[in-house]
Amino acid sequence: MFNSLFKYLSRRFHQWGSPKYFYEYASRWLPWLAFFSTMILMFGLVWGLAFAPPDYQQGDSFRIIYIHVPAASLGMSIYVFMAIASVVSWVWKIKLADMLAKSCAPLGAVFTAIALITGAIWGKPTWGTWWEWDARLTSMLILFFLYMGIIALRSAINQREIAAQATGVLALVGLINLPIIKYSVDWWNTLHQSATFKLLEKPAMPPEMWLPLLISLLGFYCLFAWLVLFYTRNEILEREAKSQWLRAQVLK
Amino acid sequence: MHPIRRRRFILILISLASVACAVALVLSALGENLNHFYPPQEILQGKAPEGRTIRVGGMVVKGSLKRVPSSLQLTFIITDFKADVLVKYAGILPDLFREGQGVVVVGKLLPDHVVMAEQVLAKHDEKYMPPEAAEALRRAKKI
Amino acid sequence: MRFTNWADFFNMGGHGFYVWLSYGVTFILLLACIILGWRRHQILIDRIRRIAEQKNNASHS
Repeated sequence: MFNSLFKYLSRRFHQWGSPKYFYEYASRWLPWLAFFSTMILMFGLVWGLAFAPPDYQQGDSFRIIYIHVPAASLGMSIYVFMAIASVVSWVWKIKLADMLAKSCAPLGAVFTAIALITGAIWGKPTWGTWWEWDARLTSMLILFFLYMGIIALRSAINQREIAAQATGVLALVGLINLPIIKYSVDWWNTLHQSATFKLLEKPAMPPEMWLPLLISLLGFYCLFAWLVLFYTRNEILEREAKSQWLRAQVLK
Repeated sequence: MHPIRRRRFILILISLASVACAVALVLSALGENLNHFYPPQEILQGKAPEGRTIRVGGMVVKGSLKRVPSSLQLTFIITDFKADVLVKYAGILPDLFREGQGVVVVGKLLPDHVVMAEQVLAKHDEKYMPPEAAEALRRAKKI
Repeated sequence: MRFTNWADFFNMGGHGFYVWLSYGVTFILLLACIILGWRRHQILIDRIRRIAEQKNNASHS
């Protein structure tokens, strides 16, 4: 059974993993993703900034949640996605998976940085401090350093194959940090409060607060989808610069 | 599956598992030193070291905040509903500091389970609420 | 609408500095991602065009 699943996945991956196939699809999808992510983000953020109610204790500084939570969630999701892409590129030897993994690293770093920066700015008026060596904040900082380490490692190795493997190993090792980030607020007595959105549980706030948050979350994920396709297409343009089909596409 | 691929796959799994274990061990050791706070009960049980900077977290007891006139000095009591700890502080409290709300106090433990605070941080939970809803809730409780 | 005028909206109940700083930083960082990606795209396309021209010239001469 394991073998037939492996064979099935191999076939799929090799089809999706063809740069030509991907280039065509990405080019078709990019304008739509750009349009939808801008629209959804604008909608969610304007709602959150101007129409959602303030918090009864924090007042309007609560509105930072509409970028902080999506950015933090993306910072972690992108890491998982990157690690999966690394495994696929390693086991199945698919170049496109490595291109995806490479494109994920700077984007993940940026979203993690946004989460850290907005968290610090939010912490000042609510907690009374910019930074605290609390388990949640520290593990999130480690995530940022993991991204930076992966970017640095890749740029330090000239051979593409070896770079892919080395960054893949680092990405896999760093995966252990994710449950730590997730459960840090439950395992340790942290200053940071528990998760805003939990699976299987109603959020502890009214819909006029969590609906705009859900929409801006969706907008951020769309924005990431757009950026990662865009970056991966750039990667194809670089690595396949000499191939006939790509020249035909570009000069079309 | 190709035998070489299978071996590579299993090798990845084994190395991943072992590295995960190692990192988990290191982090759990590190976690002891991370800045987590002690609830008042653990202070009374003597689990927190005296004379070192520690963190104590709990809820500010309603009506316990007392200010020393014409100075920034004040005291308040924090509780975890099992034990109480008296906190002394000189400084400005954060905006979100309120009686009946959570705080994390950074400071040194004095004898008699009194905490001399250097910094007071307001802690809040994930239960966000519009002011109108909070007002309605307050009124409902009064009736 | 939670705010009656623009001044109130920018003031954010006294937290304007924190709110607008967070949104500003986020906007700048995301815009940088887009601009950097776009510039790289232009450079790579130009490179492929150059390669194509060289090939063309070589085959004609």
